[in-house]
Amino acid sequence: MAATGVKEKQLTEEFLQGIYALPDGEKIKECIQCGTCTASCPSSAAMDYGPREIIAALRAGMLDRVLNSNTVWLCVSCYSCTVRCPAGIPFTDAMYELKRLEVEKGLSAGAPAATMAEAFAETVDRHGRNCETKLLRKYFLRTSPFKALPQIPLAMKLFFRGRLELFPHTIKGIDGLRKMTAAIEEK
Amino acid sequence: MISTAPPVYSYYPGCSQTATNRAYDISTRSVADALGIKLLELDDWNCCGATTYLPVREKRAFVLSARNLAIAEKEGLELATICNACYLTLRKTNKYMAGDPKLKDEIRGALKAGGMDYDGSVRVRHFLDILVNDLGEEAIRQRVKQNLSQLKAACYCGCQLTRPFDDLDDAEYPTIMERLVGWLGAEVVPFPMNAKCCGGLAMTTNPEVGQTLTGKILKAAKQSGANCVVTACPLCQLNLEAYQDKVAEAVEANCDIPVLYFTQLTGSAFGISAKDLALADNLTPVKTLLDEKVGSR
Repeated sequence: MAATGVKEKQLTEEFLQGIYALPDGEKIKECIQCGTCTASCPSSAAMDYGPREIIAALRAGMLDRVLNSNTVWLCVSCYSCTVRCPAGIPFTDAMYELKRLEVEKGLSAGAPAATMAEAFAETVDRHGRNCETKLLRKYFLRTSPFKALPQIPLAMKLFFRGRLELFPHTIKGIDGLRKMTAAIEEK
Repeated sequence: MISTAPPVYSYYPGCSQTATNRAYDISTRSVADALGIKLLELDDWNCCGATTYLPVREKRAFVLSARNLAIAEKEGLELATICNACYLTLRKTNKYMAGDPKLKDEIRGALKAGGMDYDGSVRVRHFLDILVNDLGEEAIRQRVKQNLSQLKAACYCGCQLTRPFDDLDDAEYPTIMERLVGWLGAEVVPFPMNAKCCGGLAMTTNPEVGQTLTGKILKAAKQSGANCVVTACPLCQLNLEAYQDKVAEAVEANCDIPVLYFTQLTGSAFGISAKDLALADNLTPVKTLLDEKVGSR
């Protein structure tokens, strides 16, 4: 991950601002460090820092370590942590907030799931709908075109079943949709 | 249903259902037809934003969902969805708008910039919820024509059907699909992975994670004695059916098992043709299984 020189304090402040704005976001203050989140997370074994450690790092003023690790993009958004947290913390939403912070600060370079998310957003912004063939083309060109090779047999199976959308469909109301998305301020 | 009028819903297919998972859309429409449910497709719907737009821009993601809800609000009907991610994302937008007046104003302001408006009144439903809770046991059982008793089904709801909002069913041990499959006459096997996550896009972005998660589900299905896995989400369906060889290596277990949508299973019980259920689309031998195991009653 690229070092950007963004100060830890600033990252923490922006993260807290974002998470406090979400429904039940303030409950993050009530974490009791029980680790139920990490134990419930299907991908925590692959994370440098599990969900519990993320809150510990936040409190210790070390959020930058989390944001410079592989952690946040391994969240698969299954909401297991959220429904099990005894303090009622919507931790999946906290993960989304961390992902957005990484995208915004340019800290997500090299995370394949971040490349996927950005390619997805571009495709939807362009057409109003997702088109899986276009999305995957963008994704593999930006990560590793070589890794697209093992996908070819599957792509052929889908193609022969008529399951590949070769040309993206653009919605009729795309101009209106673009006006809408341009009109909303993120912060 | 107490009312005698045919049930009518607005219908939001979702992007995946226009191509990769079109069998889900086709079989949904066939089952709805058979039950006399009218599904009116939303005019010029757009992507809901899913799980994959939210990590880039949050409010924009809500605007994407809100545009669809705005179109549905004009129709004045409940909105039927079939994709778990669409179901969650549209409902999340509703919940956040209801809980945060400032956010609601901002989203309405954005919609108005494109000539639409949304007040937050649309109830979003999953088609599984409609079959089980609106139609109900009697209406479903009455329509069953085929004998499914040779099918042993592992019912797999996936993660985003009941989480984080647990108002449809238990967040971790939902029984909604098992009820339906039982009414259809198939044997429901005990399946503890019912609401575990398949990994979603991790199958592509972090294959070692995705393969393990999907592998655990398929392995558990085999161990439970199932001869098919029934799904309610397009991405779950694709992950479970398309990567069985790879995930078998990841979890060191046999993962060969037919995987089909609950709508295909329902249609099969109703005697709907393989063509109208798009069974030829499936990557696992679903048609062979149904030809062998499903007979007339």
